[in-house]
Amino acid sequence: MMRFIISRALQALPVFFIVITAVFFMVRFVPGGPFDKEKPVSKETLAALNSYYGLDKPLGAQYVKFLGNLAHGNLGPSYKYQGRMVGELILEKSAVSAKLGAAALLLALFIGLLCGVMSACLKNRRLAEALDAFSMLGICLPAFVLGPLLIYVFSLKLGWFNAMGLNYPSDIVLPSITLALFYCAWIAKLSKNSMSAELKKDYVRTQRAKGAAESSVRLSALRSALMPVASYLAPAAAGLLTGSFVVESIFQIPGIGRFFISSALDSDYTMIMGCVMLYSALIIVFNILADIALALLNPKIAKEMRSK
Amino acid sequence: MKQGGIKHLMAAALEDKITLAAFAYLCVMVLLCFGAPFFAPYAYQAQDLSIGASAPSLSHIMGTDAAGRDVFSRILYGGRISFTVGLLATFVAVLIGAFYGTVSGMASRRTDALMMRFVDIVYALPFTVFVILLMVAFGRSLWLIFIAIGAVEWLTMARIIRGMTLDLKSRQFVEAATALGQSGFGIIFKHILPNIAPTLMVCATLTVPSVMLLEAFLSFLGLGVQAPLPSWGGLVKDGAEYMLDAPWLLIFPTLFFSATLFSLNRIGEKLSTANAERFSK
Repeated sequence: MMRFIISRALQALPVFFIVITAVFFMVRFVPGGPFDKEKPVSKETLAALNSYYGLDKPLGAQYVKFLGNLAHGNLGPSYKYQGRMVGELILEKSAVSAKLGAAALLLALFIGLLCGVMSACLKNRRLAEALDAFSMLGICLPAFVLGPLLIYVFSLKLGWFNAMGLNYPSDIVLPSITLALFYCAWIAKLSKNSMSAELKKDYVRTQRAKGAAESSVRLSALRSALMPVASYLAPAAAGLLTGSFVVESIFQIPGIGRFFISSALDSDYTMIMGCVMLYSALIIVFNILADIALALLNPKIAKEMRSK
Repeated sequence: MKQGGIKHLMAAALEDKITLAAFAYLCVMVLLCFGAPFFAPYAYQAQDLSIGASAPSLSHIMGTDAAGRDVFSRILYGGRISFTVGLLATFVAVLIGAFYGTVSGMASRRTDALMMRFVDIVYALPFTVFVILLMVAFGRSLWLIFIAIGAVEWLTMARIIRGMTLDLKSRQFVEAATALGQSGFGIIFKHILPNIAPTLMVCATLTVPSVMLLEAFLSFLGLGVQAPLPSWGGLVKDGAEYMLDAPWLLIFPTLFFSATLFSLNRIGEKLSTANAERFSK
């Protein structure tokens, strides 16, 4: 098991390295620097700022310095939020986003699987159709419509929740629903398709013929049916935990999602690098976790791994 | 394998009544939107500041926005943009995805691994950062939106197509063609592409709605189609801002937008079920 994880991590390392290198040069080739969008500054000030942050040096030298700092875990100062380090900003903001994202992930997984698996198992076609239509909602309604709608109904009309911020425990409900519904739709769809395909297979028929209880038959089918969901969850979880620009701006939540957009718009180079590294690292980690989950769900592979 | 081409899939999918209704709705919408100059009662940029944001009435069946522009007309013109973005970006994605996927599947093991690592790398880039950099570098334009969205959507397509190509490559009829001395590209065009065409169509049908959602997201960021040109994403986004004072600005565009996304997803779902049955037989 350990060997499997280490080898996957080693395979992922070059991908991570290439991603950060590509983004490092991409942001610098885009015209406009971090300091030309603010109030017009004099040429001298601009030059001084650039030299203070080392932006006047050749690209190669900047890149080497960036890698050196990275090796020490130093992501450098933010150009936009002067006086703040990218590392601490990201830690602070991503904690908020991660909390929200984790709540949304659990919600999406629970509702999505419930809808999908129930729809696959139901004998009543009408009810199954209704469930499918409900789970489609998330793909048909953009988050920036759903969010204001939820606020309108549950905060302004009913007064159950606060419309904005993330100060009380109950504040997490509306934004996490807004965030979860899209993923919920996908999870429901994937689990329904795989579960109904699984229930048609020969081994299910054999089990039924042998007189196994329907619940245990379904449980064993669910095991294989979860595989496509596991592979979908890897990038989904990375996306959810790094926050959403839409949800965070609608609900006024100070998370990391907004930095992904604003840092790119402001050419805040160090901040972009920080965000990209966070996202890529999460993608890689979750892909490895998904591979492990896939191995555990697949009885054949799980057996091989245990015998090793 | 070859039985059950695209026609057969369509017929199987349209047996379902809801899907048939979805298909009919899409046909009507495409006709109305692309014929917007004929069907729209007003021009999309025609303002009437004297009435401002007015509720639905006989002269403006879906009301007007803050600048007094007819919402129904803007929905039709906006649909034209949304469908164009959806279809063209999907076309780009299918083209790149199918080409990349088949070549990677047919290539030697080493090239294949290299090509797939490249896909992994692009996958690990956060999409929004990439799009914003593109927009900042080249300015906003409709073409750039196609390219940006197409550049992201082809990745999934390439993975699926490569998997299928690998599977097909090991089948006897392809091995026979190789033994007879047919070239790699000949095999791709004669044997691989016809067999993956139905799957490509399923992918394409499901890509169109996700592209339209992406366009809406870009509009939310302010990176969508340039005003006064309307797109559905832009209309829905503007509507959400005036939700309290002028709900019709949100309700009508969202209705059309969501119904279109639902229809496309529904058809794609049914096609994909029919396609999966083709393989299990």
